[in-house]
Amino acid sequence: METLRVVWAIFMKDLRVEWRHRGTLASMCIFGILVVFLFNFAFEPAREETVRLLPGLLWIAFAFAGVLGFNRSFAAERENAGLEGMRLAPVDPGAIYLGKMLANLFFLGVAEVVVVFAASLWYNFSFVPAIGWFALITFFCTLGYVAVGTTFGAVAANTRMREVMLPVLQFPVAVPVFIAGVEASTGALKGDPVGDYAGWIKLAAGFSVVFVVLSYLLFEYVLED
Amino acid sequence: MNKAFPPPLHLVVTLAWLCVAGYMIFLYAPQELTMGEVQRIFYIHVASAWTALLAYFLIFLGSVGYLWKRSSFADDFAHAAGEVGFVFCTCVLVTGPLWAKPVWGIWWTWDARLTLTFVLWLLFVAYLMLRSYVINPGRAGVLAAVVGIIGFVDVPIDYMAIRWWRTQHPQPVIAGGEGSGLDPRMWVTLLVTWGALLCLFSYLLRQHVRLAGLRREIAHLRRSLGSSLGG
Amino acid sequence: MPSDTPGVRPALELSDVSKHFGDLRALTDVSLRIEPGDCVLVYGPNGAGKTTLLRLLATLARPSEGKVLYDGGNVHQNPAAAKAAIGFTSHATFLYGELNTRENLEFVGRLFGLANLQQRIATVLDLFHLRERTKTPVRELSRGYQQRVSLARAFLHDPLFLLLDEPFTGLDAASTESLQGLMRRLQEQGKAVVFSTHDFEQGAAIARRLVALEGGRIRYDGLVGMAPLTALRIAREGRKTL
Repeated sequence: METLRVVWAIFMKDLRVEWRHRGTLASMCIFGILVVFLFNFAFEPAREETVRLLPGLLWIAFAFAGVLGFNRSFAAERENAGLEGMRLAPVDPGAIYLGKMLANLFFLGVAEVVVVFAASLWYNFSFVPAIGWFALITFFCTLGYVAVGTTFGAVAANTRMREVMLPVLQFPVAVPVFIAGVEASTGALKGDPVGDYAGWIKLAAGFSVVFVVLSYLLFEYVLED
Repeated sequence: MNKAFPPPLHLVVTLAWLCVAGYMIFLYAPQELTMGEVQRIFYIHVASAWTALLAYFLIFLGSVGYLWKRSSFADDFAHAAGEVGFVFCTCVLVTGPLWAKPVWGIWWTWDARLTLTFVLWLLFVAYLMLRSYVINPGRAGVLAAVVGIIGFVDVPIDYMAIRWWRTQHPQPVIAGGEGSGLDPRMWVTLLVTWGALLCLFSYLLRQHVRLAGLRREIAHLRRSLGSSLGG
Repeated sequence: MPSDTPGVRPALELSDVSKHFGDLRALTDVSLRIEPGDCVLVYGPNGAGKTTLLRLLATLARPSEGKVLYDGGNVHQNPAAAKAAIGFTSHATFLYGELNTRENLEFVGRLFGLANLQQRIATVLDLFHLRERTKTPVRELSRGYQQRVSLARAFLHDPLFLLLDEPFTGLDAASTESLQGLMRRLQEQGKAVVFSTHDFEQGAAIARRLVALEGGRIRYDGLVGMAPLTALRIAREGRKTL
């Protein structure tokens, strides 16, 4: 209960800070949309190719928007040593992780909705027939992605060239959720039976559980001085 | 360890063993029927891959040891395993295409093993890059340990995902030569080569750890000298 | 060992603590015991280790060697009790620029799990004269005002030990005077105040005990008035000028 209260306080704090200046969310959305937009020049996909290429394209956009968000999330804390301020209180370091992680999940989720909407519009592609499964797949893959991204964002905040350091840490570890996200969404959007891609959803869910728990345990070390 | 098996002796044993391995690779092991002489790179390739995987496991052990006991030895050990492991992993990535080109007709294919090796190599790069980019050097050990542990836990999931992903796609024309049907003399050669590489690996590892220990000692002496001089 | 005896109040201690950052040795073999009712001035030249000492006491930094103890127990094994008893301000304000004074204080109060949060907020707002601009984002406030909000933040959970790193920086004359008055009153209430400042006279006017640091070691620890002149000069100017 104690932990949940702290997690909620940190989550609401991040939302409120973001609501006041809207910098992070706006840059994540713009960045994601730009990727979708540039992709158009690179491939000019024909109608029947769209369903094959779109999931990969979306996940590239999500991945870069996410990295941008995780960096900004800890830049805001760095300004006046906010993480140290939280460590002064008698709270579990894992709760700080969960609060930051949920806020990142929320921001990336919003950016994803915007990106998917833009892609749907520009490529004349309707997500509506498969929206339920597509949303579920994207949720689990995003959760796994944010679970490691939040930890690595906090790690990278301690380095020079953190804008480069974060993707170098993040992308190799996130390979399973990329693959799962792309493969399962392709299946869902093509209208395959759920059984064909259910395994990928389980993999993404398993990945999320493993890395949320591991990060929860390790975050104490990321914060200490 | 240093008394019973001093580094110079270790080096001599390593060199001798490498010579034996070289002899076996080129003269003792029979020629592979379809691939010909180029297949002999297989011994170095596979033995390096095993060694690189082992190195990532050692990073994990050192990292856990460091977070738990805070012994600087564990930290040095993980760091050394990372640096030496990176060299072996690079060796896998270099010998792979050399072997693939004449056999498969292409330098690279996104087959499961290749992809996984490449991801492993990226994990080594991330680990080493982090170590050198941390602003406060006193924190490098702890942060690297966190990354090392997460990376290690990620390897089996990566393996599962990549294998699964590839089995849904066309396989390369000819699968790799290892596995079933390997001539016993080939097996012996492979194991002897792996032994030689492990010997080399452990030699480099201990020298790295020793060097890191000496650096630490110098830093310690400099600090105490500095504070006693009041500057 | 926690003290159960009434009247015996917990102490905050450094026991043979060293802290180094890579090659840099910030503190060497420092032992220090702070009890409720103490008012301690930590004084020394730049780079003497004042900030590191306060950060160690505040449980933010982990010692390279030695232990930080609260009520006899290692603070890094059981941090909750120590953290609830410590208030800390530093050069970084720990505030969020986008949030206003009240929101910043509410956030801290929730982290500490304060039951009477609104009442405590009202108390510290009055204490630091922060009533007028509670709706303005902290980013738009002057440095001195932010410093007062930061002090309010440290006082919010009514800590037994107050650790203030350069608390007078950025404060105008009136705020400085009221903070000095507050520090005296806290001491009378039986709380401990540990603070650092580069202005010796200003600090000595409030503190009873002086801890003079130089080169990461304690050169003097005792009553302010009894400090030998050489120790003071070392602490003021560093060893090289002798």
